[in-house]
Amino acid sequence: MINTGDILETIRMIQDENLDVRTITMGISLLDCIHPDVDTCCRNIYDKITKKAKDLVKTGDDIEREYGIPIINKRISVTPIAMIASASRGKDILKFALTLEKAAEEIGVNFIGGYSALVHKGFSGADKALIDSIPEALSQTERVCSSVNVGTTKTGINMDAVAMMGRVIKKSAELTSHQNCIGPAKLVVFCNAPEDNPFMAGAFHGAGEADCVINVGVSGPGVVRAAVSKANNCDISEIADIIKKTAFKVTRMGQLVAYEASRRLGVPFGIVDLSLAPTPAIGDSVAHILEEIGLEMCGAHGTTAALALLNDAVKKGGVMASSQVGGLSGAFIPVSEDSGMVQAARVGALSIEKLEAMTAVCSVGLDMIIIPGDTPDEIISAIIADEAAIGMVNGKTTAVRLIPAIGKKAGDELSFGGLLGSGPVMEVNRFSPSKFINRGGRIPAPLQSLKN
Amino acid sequence: MKAVITVIGKDMVGILSKVTTLCAENNINIIEVAQSILQEMFAMIMMVDISDSKIPLANLSDEMNKLGDSLGVKIHVMHEDIFNSMHRV
Repeated sequence: MINTGDILETIRMIQDENLDVRTITMGISLLDCIHPDVDTCCRNIYDKITKKAKDLVKTGDDIEREYGIPIINKRISVTPIAMIASASRGKDILKFALTLEKAAEEIGVNFIGGYSALVHKGFSGADKALIDSIPEALSQTERVCSSVNVGTTKTGINMDAVAMMGRVIKKSAELTSHQNCIGPAKLVVFCNAPEDNPFMAGAFHGAGEADCVINVGVSGPGVVRAAVSKANNCDISEIADIIKKTAFKVTRMGQLVAYEASRRLGVPFGIVDLSLAPTPAIGDSVAHILEEIGLEMCGAHGTTAALALLNDAVKKGGVMASSQVGGLSGAFIPVSEDSGMVQAARVGALSIEKLEAMTAVCSVGLDMIIIPGDTPDEIISAIIADEAAIGMVNGKTTAVRLIPAIGKKAGDELSFGGLLGSGPVMEVNRFSPSKFINRGGRIPAPLQSLKN
Repeated sequence: MKAVITVIGKDMVGILSKVTTLCAENNINIIEVAQSILQEMFAMIMMVDISDSKIPLANLSDEMNKLGDSLGVKIHVMHEDIFNSMHRV
């Protein structure tokens, strides 16, 4: 018989420590839907998505009931729409967003990612039209998520795109100001965007991927925190070891679910993304893990070092547990989605500058940060540029998901509800980067890119 | 194919009988039963064979959840693979 302790441990992880599979994301290529006529293309897209993913939600629910593991979200990612819309030269591009929304609604998924453009070296085809349409697309749809890749280690940073994205983020917030500025919460600006990320809002199905794949994102900040809290006064290398072992168990569960989902749906298994993705639920917080490691508050000096250890240990445990690891894989630090981060930001322990430092060692970037509604576009662009530079130079993914809270100032609160959470408006450095941003052009690829 | 049924909650008369009756009705063979006290809570663990079960595992899980609710205890039904994959290298 299986060890009693192991069984009870698993049940405790699920029941008390919020262990779950965060998402089963089906990646669907839309390359074979391309057509110069927009309406025909949209029909092709709708048909393909609803055909490929028709059993996705049911399969997820069945696995959840049979294995007793909560599977929180079932989602879809598609080929960046800017590529698909190039054949119709970006004409009526909003129709693509509405088509994705309709397909997502039909299948019953809560988010569909891929209203995206990859412009890290320049704009082509429908890229500019897509970027310009993002604010409208996000305000007219509920489920569509958008992302734009503005830089890579190999190519440098497209500063024209960076300048555009500051304006796009601001306008997305303005158009959804009557819905708590939800628009920009569905928009991610990337450097080194992964093509197989299952997590929203930044998921899209890269051009190098297979026609249809299943990617699974596991989570479990609560499980890691609980394991660390039992460790008492051991030294830091032992802490790393505990996190590694816990990440191993969590990822094994994700791997099992991924295999099972791929077998039942008849779709190849892509990757497991072993990210610690916090939720607003009490105890499901990455900040609380850092505090459990020994910081009074997340954001205190030492936070970056503790986060580096956490991120690395999660990866090491996960890599051993799964045959295919991909996506973002590490620790997320989305402020409004993490009750510990929200608390730290409220009392002033956590600032945007400290978060920026943390993004150099975590798996993503400045995520779900609420900024004052009157923040100038250029400052938003400059925050994106800083973040992209960290990603470019360190050869890692960085991302920016900022929410300008229209009509609110630093210290006010904004609430989105659900998984997106709520949080305080955080002040930004008001000195102007305007001239720098308006120069345009490209930041050349760094020396690290010349590996050939 | 095997599954693990766990019952966690306040101890009371008849828990074992009600759970085993539900198993028997669905042609599910009980292979092993263990019980222990965990943080002052009663915990019973059963390994069952579901190869000849009359109903799919997902439905058994729903039935057991309902039974658990009526008794005021938590009953989980989980495929054994979950434990094998999480706790064995």
